[in-house]
Amino acid sequence: MKAGSNLEKVLEAGHFAVTGELGPPRGNNVEEVRHKAAHLKGIVESVNITDNQTAVVRMSSWAACKILLDEGLEPNFQMTVRDRNRIGLQSDLLGATALGIKNVLCLSGDHQRFGDHPEGKNVFDLDSMQWIALCKKMRDEKKFLNDKELDGAPEIFIGAASNPFGDPFSFRPMRLAKKVAAGTDFIQTQCIYNMDKFREFMKRVVDLGLHEKCYILGGVTPMKSVGMAKYMAKFVPGMDVPEEIVKRLTDAGKKNAAEEGIKIAIESIHQLKEMEGVAGVHVMAIEWEHRAKEIIEGAGLLPRPKVD
Amino acid sequence: MIVGDSKPLEEILEMIRDKGKVLVLGCRGCVTVCNVGGEKEVGILATALRIAVKKQGWQTEIGERTLERQCDPEYIEELADDIEDYDAVVSIACGVGPQFVSERFPEIRVYPGINTTFIGGALEHGVWVERCQSCGNCLVHHFGGLCPIARCSKSLMNGPCGGSANAKCEIDPNVDCVWHLIVEKMEKMGRLQELAEVWPVKNWLTSRDGGPRKRVREDLKQ
Amino acid sequence: MRLQYPTNVRVIQLPCSGRVDILHLLRSFEDGADGVYVAGCMEGDCHFLTGNLKARRKVEYVKKVLEALGIEPERIEMFNMSSAEGPRFAQVAREFTETIRGLGPSPVPKAKAA
Ligand code: SF4
Ligand code: SF4
Ligand code: FES
Repeated sequence: MKAGSNLEKVLEAGHFAVTGELGPPRGNNVEEVRHKAAHLKGIVESVNITDNQTAVVRMSSWAACKILLDEGLEPNFQMTVRDRNRIGLQSDLLGATALGIKNVLCLSGDHQRFGDHPEGKNVFDLDSMQWIALCKKMRDEKKFLNDKELDGAPEIFIGAASNPFGDPFSFRPMRLAKKVAAGTDFIQTQCIYNMDKFREFMKRVVDLGLHEKCYILGGVTPMKSVGMAKYMAKFVPGMDVPEEIVKRLTDAGKKNAAEEGIKIAIESIHQLKEMEGVAGVHVMAIEWEHRAKEIIEGAGLLPRPKVD
Repeated sequence: MIVGDSKPLEEILEMIRDKGKVLVLGCRGCVTVCNVGGEKEVGILATALRIAVKKQGWQTEIGERTLERQCDPEYIEELADDIEDYDAVVSIACGVGPQFVSERFPEIRVYPGINTTFIGGALEHGVWVERCQSCGNCLVHHFGGLCPIARCSKSLMNGPCGGSANAKCEIDPNVDCVWHLIVEKMEKMGRLQELAEVWPVKNWLTSRDGGPRKRVREDLKQ
Repeated sequence: MRLQYPTNVRVIQLPCSGRVDILHLLRSFEDGADGVYVAGCMEGDCHFLTGNLKARRKVEYVKKVLEALGIEPERIEMFNMSSAEGPRFAQVAREFTETIRGLGPSPVPKAKAA
């Protein structure tokens, strides 16, 4: 056991894991975090807390993680290398683990030009790959980047993201291999809508044996409307939304589009369950936390296993 | 070369308002090559300023001069003969120019007439692109001759990030994703395997992050 | 050219409109010209291939400068015409003169006669 987190235990025990996601508020509204958390309690192993997602300023991820801990949920602390240099990253990791946070997700982060403070200076001292390697070093060697000994090392289950739909497609499995080599324990993928392409990606990943070196959780995000599907298809770089998905939502009609979106998400999970190398799903019901349960239950994944 | 953009005329006019005699000062270095601060541009800017001065009925006189280089005290010295006649200098060299001029002639107000933007090259006449961020430890030979520091929006050493789509960067569909280009190039060269290695954390001490830089060549020093 | 065009138009001949220079266009305004236009060959008919396209871009550049200086950008234009079209030359000259008359004298005082 590397961290002994619930997520790690469930995966180690060979269960098909489920993680959720929660975006902190654009303010210090604690009730909002508790409210969203309540919807996810008991239906997922752990919950990703986004780190100023899309470069929009929100309550800090570690603080929201702590609120979740207090509410009896397990958080996955997302850390982007966009806003912190090596000093900030290492320090925040030590602080977060001191508060009891056990899962960390190492990300590049969306460029700040997307966000609500596009004039900001960017950091990118490390990249996500190097941050994974540094997390591993701090955990396994109990040392800082500069090789100095830590007075108390973080026990963490290290995660990273992978976008099978980013370009160049042929390089994506290789980049995942690099993350594994750097030391990631688990991977959460970008939202999957193009199942055929994802299957092809996983085939290559399995051929490389990467699924045996880390746990791969497939990303699932329910579409709330035709508008959301079209927006994602058009404006989110690296997102692959096939025409067929848009058509299904359109055909369902305005009133039933949301139901159809949930149906699609459930179907996706069923397909992911059958796919070789997929160890779980990461359900990102963005600003839709109250409907996560329907999806997870609908996919036959409740109740969640208890592992000790 | 160092590439720059002219500052808006309105901004320059604001600088020279109420000045008696103003020198528009060009440079025959990089800014001549990128058509922003050479003799020709001195003429254009000075003429535009004169039109404005006449129109406003100001008494300002506008002089013109172009030095061999403004990043070299030897040439700055040439100004000594008549600089006292001026109340202000608008330097259209890169950011080094106005600093060197005001260091040498502290009693004169020196204004930057261009915005120095990047180190780059010309793709074609009239189109320049950024290529280097002067990180102080060049690594381009490891990346197929392409610079991930200056050309990747996130300076990733282990790209491409998840936002790369259709060979373009997530920040703007008009910006190439250099990591896409790196992967393609390395593949073509049969060197893709080199990218399998995780690049360790970069030492930014040699870059601006280590503070202002200075270079001394003992063999050349007087 | 023996066609009738307003006497206030001063013609400066160039081998190709592409030779026109931003500096010279601006100098005309500095010297108090009320308007300036560049007459080039029809698009696609330039002997030097793209001279007239370049001229148009220079004219656009000068328009921006004038605008920044608070001078009507309409005081400079680019016209394309075939060199065989004498009447069109005269017509453009008359029309442009009318446009400039409408705008009134340039806000830049005329250069004093030497
Ligand atoms: S690696 Fe450094 S020195 Fe080389 S081109 Fe890039 S920024 Fe410039
Ligand atoms: S899309 Fe490409 S260039 Fe842009 S930040 Fe990502 S890797 Fe860098
Ligand atoms: S020859 Fe070039 S515009 Fe007439």
